[in-house]
Amino acid sequence: MARTVSSQRKIVNTVLAWTIGVLIFFPILWTVLTSFKTEAEAIASPPSLLFFDWTFENYREVQVRSDYFKHFMNSVVISFGSTLLGLLIAIPAAWAMAFAPTPKTKDVLMWMLSTKMMPAVGVLVPMYLLFRNTGLLDTRIGLVMILTLINLPIIIWMLYTYFKEIPGEILEAARMDGASLAKEIVYVLTPMAVPGIASTLLLNIILAWNEAFWTLNLTASKAAPLTAFIASYSSPEGLFYAKLSAASTMAIAPILILGWFSQKQLVRGLTFGAVK
Amino acid sequence: MGSITLKNVSKVFGAHTVIPSIDLAIDNGEFVVFVGPSGCGKSTLLRLIAGLEDVSGGQIVIDGKDATDLPPAKRRLSMVFQSYALYPHMSVRSNIAFPLKMAGEDKSAIDRKVEDAARVLNLTDYLDRKPRQLSGGQRQRVAIGRAIVRQPAAFLFDEPLSNLDAALRVNMRLEISQLHQQLKTTMVYVTHDQVEAMTMADKIVVLNKGNVEQVGSPLELYRRPANLFVAGFIGSPRMNFITGEIARGYSAHTVGVRPEHIDLSTSTGAWRGTVGVAEHLGSDTFLHVAVDGVGTLTARVGGDFPVKHGDQVYLSPQEGRVQRFNEEGLAIR
Repeated sequence: MARTVSSQRKIVNTVLAWTIGVLIFFPILWTVLTSFKTEAEAIASPPSLLFFDWTFENYREVQVRSDYFKHFMNSVVISFGSTLLGLLIAIPAAWAMAFAPTPKTKDVLMWMLSTKMMPAVGVLVPMYLLFRNTGLLDTRIGLVMILTLINLPIIIWMLYTYFKEIPGEILEAARMDGASLAKEIVYVLTPMAVPGIASTLLLNIILAWNEAFWTLNLTASKAAPLTAFIASYSSPEGLFYAKLSAASTMAIAPILILGWFSQKQLVRGLTFGAVK
Repeated sequence: MGSITLKNVSKVFGAHTVIPSIDLAIDNGEFVVFVGPSGCGKSTLLRLIAGLEDVSGGQIVIDGKDATDLPPAKRRLSMVFQSYALYPHMSVRSNIAFPLKMAGEDKSAIDRKVEDAARVLNLTDYLDRKPRQLSGGQRQRVAIGRAIVRQPAAFLFDEPLSNLDAALRVNMRLEISQLHQQLKTTMVYVTHDQVEAMTMADKIVVLNKGNVEQVGSPLELYRRPANLFVAGFIGSPRMNFITGEIARGYSAHTVGVRPEHIDLSTSTGAWRGTVGVAEHLGSDTFLHVAVDGVGTLTARVGGDFPVKHGDQVYLSPQEGRVQRFNEEGLAIR
């Protein structure tokens, strides 16, 4: 039975949706606008929205003062590296839980998720000492490892949800056709789960890209990603809103563009299984 | 070569016993059908043979070798699933080639065998399509193609026709029977449809609550059912059962007469009754007759027999066609 929606209702819905959208996007928009202001205009009261002297000075200065490209590469290595490593561990784990569940599977899943509920700062000291003693402080490999571990529960949960949707008979057919467990995963399960794996990949790259707690606390300069690049502009010399905004804009631009191009995939992934 | 022997095989899920204990021998080249009502354990039994489920006890011997602990991939069996279970991301060609690829055959041999299978199954024009672009019948043929290319020891079919419409089902039934005549490979076929069982099988295994009720050729089961369950399950419309005075007349607890073994007359006969519902199939008419002191009996008469609702008729069981059963429901021979 189709529900008829009056045109009046449609207009209200549209206005409401746009309002919420703009509200959510406003801080980002404001950051981008501020990055084109001078420091004086950035803290002016009342602030000017569009009518100010547009300048690229902040971007030039940020590039002179700190090496954007080095931080960018660190972010890329850390976010892609931790996500790929996470997938490598999570695909077999999610396979086992989706297709060979035991009475304890649900508990294991809940336990994994519960680790995400612990405040990260609670384990900062032990983690820091572990990193220091193993020489992992301020290394890309160290960050890849910790971000893999942090996001692993989410990766496993997402993959588990997708794998549950794949009919077991198809995997049984592969077994009857002579496929070993490895071949079953490579030739049948993974290709069928590609949409799910792709959205898991995207979401986790975004999560890892934005992760600021561990990346700030466990790096100094060598392996510092873009989060540290932004943080360096709220420095002892005082706050420089315009330069901070320029740095932030440069830091979020790559992931924003990635998100823009993959939004269809992301939305599909996040609502997968919810709508049948 | 594909003989399959089950020795004392049992299956328990948690506290629930699905199959208490089954002994069964399937000879090489036989077409064996497992038939029974839903929940009788027939699919579980097939999955035990396939290796998709582990046995709780007993032994499965395939081709003279103990296969009880072998994984499905090592049993040299092919299976056709009810849902077809085609690989949706692969073309028809890749689907059929998959078992050969897994067996590590070289590319030219795979191509040749896939072409051969496609020709046998009329799939040549569809080799480059994806499963979602095919009709139900074509998908089923792809599933069968995938099963035959590897030349397995035996084929296992798990209710392969129940997702097809009635007309297609009759066609595919015939095709599978023809395939069996061509390949002469052992086939084990699970169905709940006794018509499929009767028309296709060399040997029928009637299952009920995880137990084998009777094993025999279709006509053996039809003519000499071992007990009330088999008598009632095989044959359509089902056999009429009569207890009481009439049964005692045959010195039995229950007697059974098939609808087609009842002669009908408008003037004279053994039992008098009134026609309730007359189902006209054209070639035949099924009459549901309320017989005084017995209950409703079903009789099958020619399509031209002039009778309608409310008519008085006389029913007489044909001599020598009456089945007798004792108190335990077992046939008296």
